[in-house]
Amino acid sequence: MPKLHANLPPCYDLARQLSAYLDGELPADLCHDLEAHLGGCPDCRVVLDTLGRTVQIVHALSDTPVSLPADVEARLLSRLTGA
Amino acid sequence: MPGPTITISVYDDDTQLLVGLRRHDPDACTCMVKRFAPLVFARALRLVGDADEAEGVLQTTFIKACNAIDSFDGASGLGTWIYRIATNEGLMLLRARRQSLALDDVAETLQPGDLPDSRVAWPEDPLRSTLDSELRGQIEAAIAGLPEGLRLVVMLRDVEGLNTEETAAQLGLSPGAVKVRLHRARMRLRESLAGYMARPEEIDDAEAAR
Ligand SMILES: [Zn+2]
Repeated sequence: MPKLHANLPPCYDLARQLSAYLDGELPADLCHDLEAHLGGCPDCRVVLDTLGRTVQIVHALSDTPVSLPADVEARLLSRLTGA
Repeated sequence: MPGPTITISVYDDDTQLLVGLRRHDPDACTCMVKRFAPLVFARALRLVGDADEAEGVLQTTFIKACNAIDSFDGASGLGTWIYRIATNEGLMLLRARRQSLALDDVAETLQPGDLPDSRVAWPEDPLRSTLDSELRGQIEAAIAGLPEGLRLVVMLRDVEGLNTEETAAQLGLSPGAVKVRLHRARMRLRESLAGYMARPEEIDDAEAAR
């Protein structure tokens, strides 16, 4: 399978702006160029959508409950309470 | 033991908890551990990559937080403040382990391998919109598989929520380098998740039926 965008030079330049675009950190002129390109390039739209979903998944790690191993918690509490 | 016994349920918000911590109430300390230690440990583990070292970071973080609780100004949330201490401790440990952070293991320009390979759309699947344990395992493994120079950047920016300038200052990188590394890290994570996320639901059903 050929690499995506192998024959599409505009995608190469624009694809590396997708992350900054998601963060709202892309200068207005580049933003305009990128949006014009996205309008006509389904591949880049898929990459943008899936990259955005990836970032959401990573963000979700920041407050997803996890269980602390009981022995780790016990050792922490005993250190803190000086027991 | 002096003082009344206060049940942990008293501290059902962080403001109350902070009052208890400043009174040096032992129950407040227990409550703080119950509330924040799991995420501190998970974050430390992702940063330093070793359970024993992550436990060291966890303990140092809470000891420092307890000692500094009177100087905490409450400008950020209590959790945010504790997580920042943990991040600093984790990075300090990484630096001490090897004299410096292994940030030079990646080039700061876009590499051919960073171009998007997968162009398969990810179906909107409500079952995969939340971070269930399977998806969690996928993303944790993908993050663990990144070179440190990309892993630390995506951790600080997308998990810890630092901005570009704060991340640059923490890691001793330029803001431009942080942006390039963040993009590369996210693109690699996207490729890592693609096989799982783009898998049609029918295959799941077929597997389940077997
Ligand atoms: Zn394109």
